[in-house]
Amino acid sequence: MSYPGLIAETVSFQGHNGDKGEAYYARPAGNAKVGGVVVVMHMPGWDEWIIETTRKITHHGFAAISPHLYFREGTGSPDDLGARVRAAGGVPDDTVVGDVAGAMAYLRAQPNSNGKVGVIGFCSGGRHTYLCGCRISGIDALVDCWGGNVVVDDPKALNAKRPVAPIDLTEKMTAPLLGLFGNDDENPTADQVNRTEAVLKKLGKNYEFHRYDGAGHAFFNHSRASAYRAEQAADGWKKVFAFFKKHIG
Amino acid sequence: MCSYIVEKARLTGTAKGPGSEWMKIDTANVYYDHPYEAQLDHALCVDFVCEANGGRERVAIEISRESALELMEKIKAALASGDASHASAAEAKCSLAGTQAQVASLF
Repeated sequence: MSYPGLIAETVSFQGHNGDKGEAYYARPAGNAKVGGVVVVMHMPGWDEWIIETTRKITHHGFAAISPHLYFREGTGSPDDLGARVRAAGGVPDDTVVGDVAGAMAYLRAQPNSNGKVGVIGFCSGGRHTYLCGCRISGIDALVDCWGGNVVVDDPKALNAKRPVAPIDLTEKMTAPLLGLFGNDDENPTADQVNRTEAVLKKLGKNYEFHRYDGAGHAFFNHSRASAYRAEQAADGWKKVFAFFKKHIG
Repeated sequence: MCSYIVEKARLTGTAKGPGSEWMKIDTANVYYDHPYEAQLDHALCVDFVCEANGGRERVAIEISRESALELMEKIKAALASGDASHASAAEAKCSLAGTQAQVASLF
């Protein structure tokens, strides 16, 4: 048998405010038209795991781009940049939404694009995915992997960078949403996931949520032994690729 | 937890990592969250930085909750024993009366 080939490299993309940043772009070898996926990184940073994940998505037949959301911090290792961003209180939601929109435009501009684009995010990237689903038009599929702070119980947690709880924008979501969560997660808790689902149901949104027992936060992340849950991750990935095949394949 | 929670301690001092020069520090960013490197679910993380110089470089630690509590106790103990030793030395400077053995025992 032979495995599909892929080409992967760091490219320049135009993000929020027209700022030029870097992104990791992977595409299947060959000329076939494929769906594209924006991979929204997790809070620790634009690290090896998110780069591997981008390639994994391409291995399954999609073009994928992961914009470096901390590129405005300059050069440095992913963990050093992540620490700097944490100390500054995170990146503003407007900036992330602009960068994701820029990454979507990048995908659609490629000759291999079939015109459809999905967004997948992990951890804070899951929250960003939910938020982008409410604020950006033209998304064909959304995958929220354990995004915390979609529901915000403490109003003091809202600030200039994150002024609105994404749950409050759900009415505007139009794309189908897949949510994957570990029942042992502390952010989002199982109760918060339930409350998010209740809002989606009430508003008649197209969604499917899957909750995994014996798993907490970041259970796909094989580089974190304490978090990784092999069986749950294998099942979760199957669901991700079936969802993308259905909506952007 | 994956939050942006950071407690900031204002410091006076310096820090050094492997292969680096001493750097002035004026802040410790302290947080309890998923670590980057340590294979712990959560870690007490401290980034020693100099915000006055832009905060771009850091000396960082990631330790378990138990280690953090142990470290807090040892910090307090070191300060207490240091204070006691310095007090003894101060007294010795002021009063060197006594036998040779008595004076030597102060040090």
